[in-house]
Amino acid sequence: MKRFTDLLSELDSETSVNAKTASLVRYFGEAGDADALWAIALFSGRRPKRTVSASLLRAWAAEASELPLWLFEECYHVVGDLAETIAAVLPSPLQQEEISLETAMDLLREMAGRSEEERKEKILGIWQNIPSDQRFTFNKLLTGGFRMGVSEKLIVKALARHTGLEENLISHRLMGNWDPYTSRLADLLFSENENDHISRPYPFYLAYALEETEQEPGPLHEWQIEYKWDGIRGQIIRRQGHTFIWTRGEELVNDKYPELMQMAENLPDGTVLDGEIVAFRDGRVLPFQQLQKRIGRKNVSKKMLGDIPVAYIAYDQLEHQHTDIREMSLEQRRQRLEGTVRDIAPLSAHILLSEITEVNRWEDLKVLRENCREIQAEGLMLKWKAGSYKTGRKRGEWWKWKLDPMQADAVMIYAQSGHGRRANLYTDLTFAVWDGDRLVPFAKAYSGLTDAELKTVDAFIKQNTIEKFGPVRSVKAEMVFEIAFEGISYSPRHKSGIAVRFPRIVRIRYDKKASEANTLEDLRKLIS
Amino acid sequence: MRSLLEVNDIGLYCPQADVYIDPWRRAERALITHAHSDHARQGHGLYMAHKHSEGILKHRLGNIRLENVEYGQKIYMNGVEISFHPAGHILGSAQVRLEYKGEVVVVSGDYKITPDGVSAPFEPVKCHTFITESTFGLPIYDWKPDRTEFDALQRWWKHNAEEGICSVVFGYSLGKAQRILRNLDLTQGPVYAHGAIIEIHKAMAHTGIEFPECLPVDKSIPKENFRKALVIAPPAADTENWLRQFVPFKTAVCSGWMALRGTRRRQNAHKGFAISDHADWKGLLYAIESSEAGNILITHGYSDTLARYLREKGMQAEVLNTLYTGDAANENTEADETVH
Ligand SMILES: [Zn+2]
Repeated sequence: MKRFTDLLSELDSETSVNAKTASLVRYFGEAGDADALWAIALFSGRRPKRTVSASLLRAWAAEASELPLWLFEECYHVVGDLAETIAAVLPSPLQQEEISLETAMDLLREMAGRSEEERKEKILGIWQNIPSDQRFTFNKLLTGGFRMGVSEKLIVKALARHTGLEENLISHRLMGNWDPYTSRLADLLFSENENDHISRPYPFYLAYALEETEQEPGPLHEWQIEYKWDGIRGQIIRRQGHTFIWTRGEELVNDKYPELMQMAENLPDGTVLDGEIVAFRDGRVLPFQQLQKRIGRKNVSKKMLGDIPVAYIAYDQLEHQHTDIREMSLEQRRQRLEGTVRDIAPLSAHILLSEITEVNRWEDLKVLRENCREIQAEGLMLKWKAGSYKTGRKRGEWWKWKLDPMQADAVMIYAQSGHGRRANLYTDLTFAVWDGDRLVPFAKAYSGLTDAELKTVDAFIKQNTIEKFGPVRSVKAEMVFEIAFEGISYSPRHKSGIAVRFPRIVRIRYDKKASEANTLEDLRKLIS
Repeated sequence: MRSLLEVNDIGLYCPQADVYIDPWRRAERALITHAHSDHARQGHGLYMAHKHSEGILKHRLGNIRLENVEYGQKIYMNGVEISFHPAGHILGSAQVRLEYKGEVVVVSGDYKITPDGVSAPFEPVKCHTFITESTFGLPIYDWKPDRTEFDALQRWWKHNAEEGICSVVFGYSLGKAQRILRNLDLTQGPVYAHGAIIEIHKAMAHTGIEFPECLPVDKSIPKENFRKALVIAPPAADTENWLRQFVPFKTAVCSGWMALRGTRRRQNAHKGFAISDHADWKGLLYAIESSEAGNILITHGYSDTLARYLREKGMQAEVLNTLYTGDAANENTEADETVH
């Protein structure tokens, strides 16, 4: 674990993307395939289930360090991270044994079948025998949650440099739910046999925002114009008789949308669709808040299915008759998509074809956009008909033209408790956007959430506090919120250099990772 | 019987001797544990401090009435025997011992246990009542040996220098800066210091303790000169405007708070080195134990926590509210000495 520990501390101290990438490349080169694979798995959230509960770890750590439990808890409160707290309070190790990351992960797996006594003995033994700086790493493996400012994109970049493979090939091969215990790095990265990976989605092509001030991107007849629906971006995969529904947040959501699973059974084998999951009833798309009720639930009840049915608005097809058709033009893909949806629509009410609107003049497009609010659309999509399906956010061929007000996806980084009725709740939240690799606060907001949502956020804050200073807590940069505001201007007084007017919370973006929040540059572009 | 020491609006007060210790408001007579600004404030009638504090006190407070004291030297005030003992915090720092009719009270001021190579090392003083600080009074604060952290700092500087990047390290100009200079191999490259530090060194010249010479940072210095350099500066200098002259640079912070990842990250610095002039948890317990005091009073820091812990260990311990900072609530205002 020494090499991995060094990597963590490098990633911790480096702020530039280049330096982080370089650290990862060095690690992949030096760590060996097994440990490299584990690093990829851990950074991308593919960690094995916890085998020891946090409360047991606390009790054992307090015992091993001869501290009363309350004092340990107090330490934990100040540190805000269990793994770090334990590492900080344990007495000096007796030995300096070196175990590999792979060995440590195997140990954790073996733990699952053991009795509590056996698990305790094992873990206390490891704490006693490994160098103190590696205890933090080991505890992180135990408690999970490797948030080291390493995005999937960064891993892909580093792996591309390490292997010489293309980035989009790697990001494709790393997607899906592969198991680090049974996978091998070489198989994962170099296997041409797609059968092993029927669940694997394609990386999403993401649109750039088209500002109102921007020039018409070309003759309008070259563009496919659709509504941008307010739902969850999702990819539906039908391969070898199995269905997989992936969100953009790389979450497999099969369990959450049984009606879509049923619908997909009718899809021909070897089909992959791209579209939007929306709450849909009586021929209308429902507000996102409705859909959110389903997102929040672990199990979808019968009542929920009846109250808030969902539909899939398909707008692209990526795989047709077992063939990757992303290189085809949008026009050609659209033809395939229309055929696919036409064949299946009579069998299920839960799939719709994204409507194409013919508009000839830019002014008409503006009118169309103004009407979006009424039909619960977020705005318009403009897609270049001759373009292929790209990977990630690429400028030029897919534009989203959202409605006002201006909004941004931002990460919550500080929270302050409210007043009066809400004195015990953390309701005053500070939101940040990315400036390079750093999060800079840009808005404070306290309205827009329901009481139930406030409670969820409050619980998150209390569990993810990094530090407390007076009534303010800094929290782990994890939760993404959509923040709307009325105006934006430059402001030298603010750390971010910008000031927004009347910021408010539109919703919690459970589907987004912190790394996907907007950047300061995005916000600057909003300033006219 | 009146107690030997009490707290009032002005500060820690000994009624029998009619003298204050590190008072936070104007007092007629003040015993000063050390020259940091939260302990040595403006406006007292008479200051008494260890002789090595003289230069800094006068530099910071101007033309004050000051009596220099040696460690161990006995002073009598209305029957109270007063003496200063090394606290190991910064140059000239002292614990103040008061004895009256067989009762002994020791006020620790700020202290650390391990010798830092600059200040006179901490000496435990036996007493009945020990008034201790608790800035880092949690078990998570467990300092590594100085060597470990300074070696890491040296490697960091070397690594940056090899890439042609200037290393800017922030540490308090009184205490931390001198330790950095003493503990690093300065032959590695040029060493620059912020004006505040140079001033401090001038003010300390009278002690006869010499510090390696460092070059003053000056706007006229060509950027090229900083490529392999180490620049030492007080935390207050951490502004974009001041740092601009060193581009490209990396920053590091030397402070006990850097022991935590969360604080390191919030600092916006590339590196944090947990080097402190305060005692860690074990250090506090060591000082408390070796004082053999039956009564422990705890000032600034994690005082509630430490008091509860000691009480559970069967000791008599209480919180004593003072206005000394270095408070955990504002993590990074470790009693700095701003030089005007
Ligand atoms: Zn001090």
